[in-house]
Amino acid sequence: MAQAVTSHRGPVTGTAARARRRRPFLVDLYSTAVGKKYVMGATGIGLMGFVLFHMIGNLKMYAGAADLDHYAHFLQTLLYPLAPKGWVLWILRGGLITMLFLHLHAAWSLTVLNRKARPVKYQSSRDYQIANFASRTMRYSGIVILAFVVWHLLDLTFGVVNPEVGKMITHAGDDEAVKSVYASVVYSFQRTPVALFYVVANILLGIHLFHGAWSIFQSFGWNNPRFNKWRRSFATGFAALVVVGNVSFPVAVMAGIVG
Amino acid sequence: MSNHLENITLRIWRQAGPQAKGHFEEYRIDSITDEASFLEMLDILNDNLVHEGKEAVVFDHDCREGICGTCSLMIDGQAHGPQRGTATCQLHMRKFKSGDTITIEPWRASAFPIIKDLMVDRSAFDRIIESGGFITAETGGAPDANLIPIPKPIADAAMDSAECIGCGACVAACPNGAANLFTAAKVAHLNRLPQGQAERYSRVEAMVETMDEHFGSCTNHGECEAACPKEISIDVIALMHKDYRKAKFANRKDLARQ
Repeated sequence: MAQAVTSHRGPVTGTAARARRRRPFLVDLYSTAVGKKYVMGATGIGLMGFVLFHMIGNLKMYAGAADLDHYAHFLQTLLYPLAPKGWVLWILRGGLITMLFLHLHAAWSLTVLNRKARPVKYQSSRDYQIANFASRTMRYSGIVILAFVVWHLLDLTFGVVNPEVGKMITHAGDDEAVKSVYASVVYSFQRTPVALFYVVANILLGIHLFHGAWSIFQSFGWNNPRFNKWRRSFATGFAALVVVGNVSFPVAVMAGIVG
Repeated sequence: MSNHLENITLRIWRQAGPQAKGHFEEYRIDSITDEASFLEMLDILNDNLVHEGKEAVVFDHDCREGICGTCSLMIDGQAHGPQRGTATCQLHMRKFKSGDTITIEPWRASAFPIIKDLMVDRSAFDRIIESGGFITAETGGAPDANLIPIPKPIADAAMDSAECIGCGACVAACPNGAANLFTAAKVAHLNRLPQGQAERYSRVEAMVETMDEHFGSCTNHGECEAACPKEISIDVIALMHKDYRKAKFANRKDLARQ
């Protein structure tokens, strides 16, 4: 192209030495878009681990009130008496909060970058070929999931909107009273709007995972012809497992199977 | 025998210059043979416009055989139009029907400023190539043929990404305006071959970081692969992400950075 186009960009030459960067390595890596995608992927893996174990832990609901309450008690007293009661749980929660914050920050700054990369949108409608509903709604499903997590904590962790949280209950054969997780879950899901919000948020979580769990492989460059065909199946299977498990809880309470 | 398409309506983006405000303008093509390529159809339109004393529509084109990467055009919301694996110049009117309305827009990305009408400045790609899209070769007498053995599968894989013609359809199709497929194709081409090993990690680092200065980020939609006239797979993006990761960590040790 021979047009005289004035460029606002500075000169770039391949052999010019880059200015020596003074920032710490990880901060420097995070400043690049690809580095942010690594952080998205790594925190995504951590949060996937959390949702999976959260779901598995809650399956104890089907074993009865005593089992679920004991599981909650176990989490509260992890590594006790080595560590004081609740400390290990708070360390784990700290890790989750950090991962969530990094996940959100990376998503936010990448979205800002992407908006800048196309300030003038296409003026006619796009005809997408491959980009699916999940991939194009990541930030919206993410926002709903975040709102849900806030509600979920207010409801079942801090008990702001749930009077059953924090009550001590003694089960037959128990040495000591434990917190009534089972009762608060049952109370929560007996409210239809809460159960519906829970179901909707979990379906959106599944959609988020459907793209996210696949996307991790691309972002980290875990690409191998031998297992590439399993990447999509893994993401679909993982998303389905989490959604089916989680959605079964309010359904079971509403149907009277649990409670 | 060729058939003719009747009553084609074209909605074409007209923009007088980089800073001017653009708009869609409608043009009618009463009859055109289905053997005409899309660009020949635009040539005919321009002929008519010139005869009418109007200004011709500016669009990029060169070889018209799908190997130069000069033609662009967002046709009905798809980069290079509705036919997979072809550049706009290889798209023919037989892909359309009589009575169709065809909307034509330029590529849109901040790194691809519009020069006029449908023509954009893609020199941001040149910045990426300048930063690492080369190998170091000895000067002097030509080396013997086949001096460096290259396994056939490696040569094939490198060729798959070397097919990239740098048209920018990947950026145009990407919802984020990312250039990961272009950059990754160039990285994969050179990083797979023995001749490219010397600069393997400095190349990927430099090219990715130059790409970062101009383009959006990859969110793994896969639209670029669908738009690519050479059907380059997004597998090359994974390869680039892997090599970038290795480069960041390996360079740190090898070059004693920080």
